[in-house]
Amino acid sequence: MTLESVSQMLGLVVVASPAVLLVALGVPLLAGLKLSEGVQAQLTKAAVVVGLLTSVAMLCLMLACGSRHVPIELGNWVFIEQEHFHFHLKFVFDRLSVPFVILSFVLCGTVGAFAAVYLHRERGYSRFFLLYALFLLGMVVSALAGTIETLFFGWELVGLSSALLVAYFHERPGPVRNGHRVWTTYRLADAAFLVAALTMHHLTGAGDFDGLMGSGPWPGGVAAIDPWSALAVGSLLLLAAAGKSGMVPFSGWLPRAMEGPTPSSAVFYGALSVHLGTYLLLRVSPLLDVSFSLRILVIILGLVSAILGTLASRVQSDVKNALAFASLTQVGIITIEIGLGLRYIALIHMIGHACLRTLQLLRAPSVLKDHQMLEDAVGQHLTGDDVNQPRTATGFRLALYRFALHRGYLDATLDDWIVRPFTLAFRWCDAMERRWTNLLSGGPSRESDRLSPYGDSLEDVA
Amino acid sequence: MPELHLPWLELSVLIPLVGAAWIALLKDRDRARTLCTLVCGVTLVCAIGEWLDFATLGSFEAHDHWDLLHTVFHRDVFVIDELSAPLLPLGALLYLATVMTTLRTKSNRFSFHWTLVSESILLATLACRHPWLIIALLAAATIPPWLELRQRGQSTRVYLFHMGLFVTLLVLGQALAGPAAHAANPPIVAGCLLTAGALLRSGVCPLHCWMTDLFEKATFGTALLFVTPMTGAYAVMRLVFPIAPSWALQSIAVLSLATAVYAAGMALVQRDSRRFFCYLFLSHSSLVLVGLEMATPIGLAGALCVWLSVGISLLGFGLALRSVEARTGRLTLDNFHGLYEHTPFLAAMFLLTGLASIGFPGTVGFIGTELLVEGAVEVYPLVGLALVAAAALNGVAVIKAYFHVFTGTRHASTVAMECRPAERATILVMVVLIIGGGLMPQPGVQSRYHAARAVLDHRRISTEPHVSEHPLGAVSSRKDGPAAAARSESHHEL
Repeated sequence: MTLESVSQMLGLVVVASPAVLLVALGVPLLAGLKLSEGVQAQLTKAAVVVGLLTSVAMLCLMLACGSRHVPIELGNWVFIEQEHFHFHLKFVFDRLSVPFVILSFVLCGTVGAFAAVYLHRERGYSRFFLLYALFLLGMVVSALAGTIETLFFGWELVGLSSALLVAYFHERPGPVRNGHRVWTTYRLADAAFLVAALTMHHLTGAGDFDGLMGSGPWPGGVAAIDPWSALAVGSLLLLAAAGKSGMVPFSGWLPRAMEGPTPSSAVFYGALSVHLGTYLLLRVSPLLDVSFSLRILVIILGLVSAILGTLASRVQSDVKNALAFASLTQVGIITIEIGLGLRYIALIHMIGHACLRTLQLLRAPSVLKDHQMLEDAVGQHLTGDDVNQPRTATGFRLALYRFALHRGYLDATLDDWIVRPFTLAFRWCDAMERRWTNLLSGGPSRESDRLSPYGDSLEDVA
Repeated sequence: MPELHLPWLELSVLIPLVGAAWIALLKDRDRARTLCTLVCGVTLVCAIGEWLDFATLGSFEAHDHWDLLHTVFHRDVFVIDELSAPLLPLGALLYLATVMTTLRTKSNRFSFHWTLVSESILLATLACRHPWLIIALLAAATIPPWLELRQRGQSTRVYLFHMGLFVTLLVLGQALAGPAAHAANPPIVAGCLLTAGALLRSGVCPLHCWMTDLFEKATFGTALLFVTPMTGAYAVMRLVFPIAPSWALQSIAVLSLATAVYAAGMALVQRDSRRFFCYLFLSHSSLVLVGLEMATPIGLAGALCVWLSVGISLLGFGLALRSVEARTGRLTLDNFHGLYEHTPFLAAMFLLTGLASIGFPGTVGFIGTELLVEGAVEVYPLVGLALVAAAALNGVAVIKAYFHVFTGTRHASTVAMECRPAERATILVMVVLIIGGGLMPQPGVQSRYHAARAVLDHRRISTEPHVSEHPLGAVSSRKDGPAAAARSESHHEL
C-alpha cells in the first residue's frame, strides 16, 4: 500500500465519518424509528472519534512525509464535457485545513459529550443531534473544500443547521424569530458567496482554488488575477464572511443566536461557525496580496467589528450575550491580522479563541455556582465594586453607553432602511393586486381576507 | 419514426378517461377515492413504462406501437421526444400523490372524476406536438377548474377573464403564424400573441392574478394540479421556442426574471398560506422560464432540470401544506401555529421539499439551479445576479413559512393529527426522489443536457434552412459523438 493510497483512504474517512453519522441519525427518524439517547450519543461519539483520529493520523503522515498539500480527488460529481461544466469534488489537506478540521472535531466532540448530558430527556434531543451531525458535516466539508463549489456546499449546511439550532426551543416565538433572522442573514451571505463563486468561475474558468490561488500550498499561493477582479471577488467574499462571522453590519444575529441551547451556542456561534467567515478569508488570502484596496477593506471591517464588539460586550446584562460580543471583538482582531498578512498568527489566534470561548460558554450556565465557590474559597464577597468605582457620566460616555446598549443601532438601521421599505413596497403591490381582482370580480375577491386568525381551539376537520 | 414497444401514450391518456367515466357513476365517495388512486397508479406505471421504453430506444422521438390514432387520422397525434418523455411520469406522479394524500374528510369537496379528466388532458397535452392540438388541449384543461369554482359558488370572473384571454391569444397567434413559421423569418405579431398567451398561462407578472385567485377559491388540490405541471412553460417550448428569434426569447427571459423576483418578494409578505405557496411556485416557475428562454445549452439544460426538481419539490411542499390545512383549516402566516409536535413527519417533508425547491445542496434542485445560474450569467451577467437574489428571497420565505406553521407556540390538539399511511408513503417517495436525485445528479443532468441540445438543434434547423441541406450529423457530431448520431437519425426522419 503506497503512501498516497493511505492518505487517500484517511482523507475519505475524515469526510465520510460525519456523513455516516448524519445518515445513521436521519434514516431512523424518517422511518419512524426512535433511537435511544444512549445510542445517539454513542453513534456521535464514534463518528467524532473516528474523524478526529484519522485527521490526526493524516497530520502525522503529512509531517512524516514533509508534505504540505494533499489533495483528495473524488472526481467530477456532475460534468457536461461539451460545455466544460464540472462540479468537481475535491478536498485538500494543508496547513490551513488540517488544524481547522482537527479543531472542529475536538470542539464538536467536547460539545457532543456535554450535550448528551445537558439535554438528557429534552423533547428535542434527537433533533439536536441530527442538526449537530449536519453541522459537523458542513464544517468538515467547508474546512477541507478544495473547490469553491465544495466550500459552498459545506457553507450552506452550516447555515441551515445553525439557524434551526437557534430556533431549537421552538415552542416559544422568540427563538424562532431569532432563528429566522439568522437564516435571513445567512441567505444574504450565501448569495454573495454564490455570486463570488460565479465571478471567480468566469474569471478563471474553474472553481478550483488552485486556478485562482496558484498551485503553491497555502499560504504561499499567488493569485492569478488582476487587482480589480481581485477587489470585486474579494469584496463579495468579504460580504459573505461578514454575514457568516457576524461582523458589521450583520452583528445583530450574534446575540440572537444565543437563544439556542448552550451546547450549540458554544460550539457554533462562540467557536466554529463564527470563525467560518475568517476561515474563508484565510483560504482566499492570496487575493489580498493582489489588491491593496481589498486589504484596506478587510482591515477596516475587522477594526469596526472589533470596536463594536468590545463596546457592546461591556454593557450586556447576561453572560451569553457578553461572550457573544467578546467573540466578535476577537473575530474583528483576527480579521485585522488577516488584512495585515499575518496568516499564521490569525490561524493560531482563531484556534486559541475558539477553544477558550467554548470553555467559557459551556461554563456559562453554572457561572453563578462558580462565583459562589470562588467566594467560599476566598472567604469574602467578590463584588468588583472596589475595582469599578462609580464615576460621573459625561454626555459622550452616555452616548457611547447608549450606542453600545443598542448594539450600534445596526439591527434598527437594517430594519428601518431595508426590511421596512421592502415590506411596505410589496404590501403596496399586494393591495394593488387586491384592487385589481376586486374590480374584475365585481366585489371582494379574497376569501383569505374573511378568515379569522387561527386559534389553538379551532380545528376545521369537517 | 421509432416505435415504443407498447402503446404507452394512448394507455396513459385513455386509462384516466375511462376511470373518470366509471367514477362519475359511483355514489360512494370512499370507493371513488380508492378507485381514483388505483387508476392514477396504473396511469403512472404506464407513464414510467413509456419513459423507460423511450430511454432504451436512444432516439430523439418515438410514437406508440399499435398507434390507433395514426391508423385513424394518418398522422402522428401522440409523439414523445426527449423534452416530454420525463414530463409524463412527472405529471402522472403529481396526480397520484395528490389523490393519495386527499383525506377522507375532504372527499366531498374534491372531485375525483374531474381530476382524472384533467390528468388525461394533461398527459395528452404533454404527448402531442401539433400546435393546434396543444392549444385545444390547453383550452380544454381550463374547464375542470372553472366547473369546480362554479360548483363551489365562487366568482369565476377573474379566472374566466384570464383564461379566455389566454385561449384567444393562442388561437389568434397560431392562426397568424401559420404552419410555415420559423425562427429564421419570425412572424413578429403572431409570435408576440403566442408568447403573451403562453406567459399568461405561466402567470408572468402582471398577468398572474388568476393564479392567486384560483388558489383562493378552488380546492387546494385542484389549484395545485392546474399549476404544478407548468403547461405554460410547455406551451412556450412547443409554440414559441421554435419560431421566436433568440433576441426575442432573451427579452422574454428578462420579463420572466422580473416575475421571479417580484413573486419571491410577494411570497415574503403574504399572510395566507395558500397565497404564499402560489407566489413561491410562481417565482420558481418563472425561473424555469428564464432558463428556457436563454436558448443556450447550459441554461436550457438547467431549466429542464429545475422543471423536474421544482415539479417534485413544490408538489411535495404543496401537499404538505394541504395535509396540514386538511387538519386545521386554512392557515394564516400572521401568527405561529406550533404543529411540529403533532405532525413531525409533515414538518420534515415541508422543510425538505422547501429546501429542495430553492436548490439546497444535497437535494434534487441544487445542480439544476447551479446550471441555470451559470447559463444565465453567460448571456446576461446581471440576470445571474437577479436569479441569485430571487433564490435567496425564496429561501427566506420557505423557512419563514416553516417557522410560522410548525413552530413558535405549543398547539393543544383535541384530535389526532398524525400522518396516514398513504401520506407517509407519499412522503417517503418524495424524500427518496429529492435526496436520491440530489446525491446522484449526473444521469438526470446528462439526460436533460442531451434534451436541451436536441431541442436547440431542432431550432437551429428551422433558423438556418440551409443546415438541413447538409447532414445534420455533421453539425452536431462534432461535439456529441454517438449521441448526436442517434439524434441525427431522428432528424433525418422528420
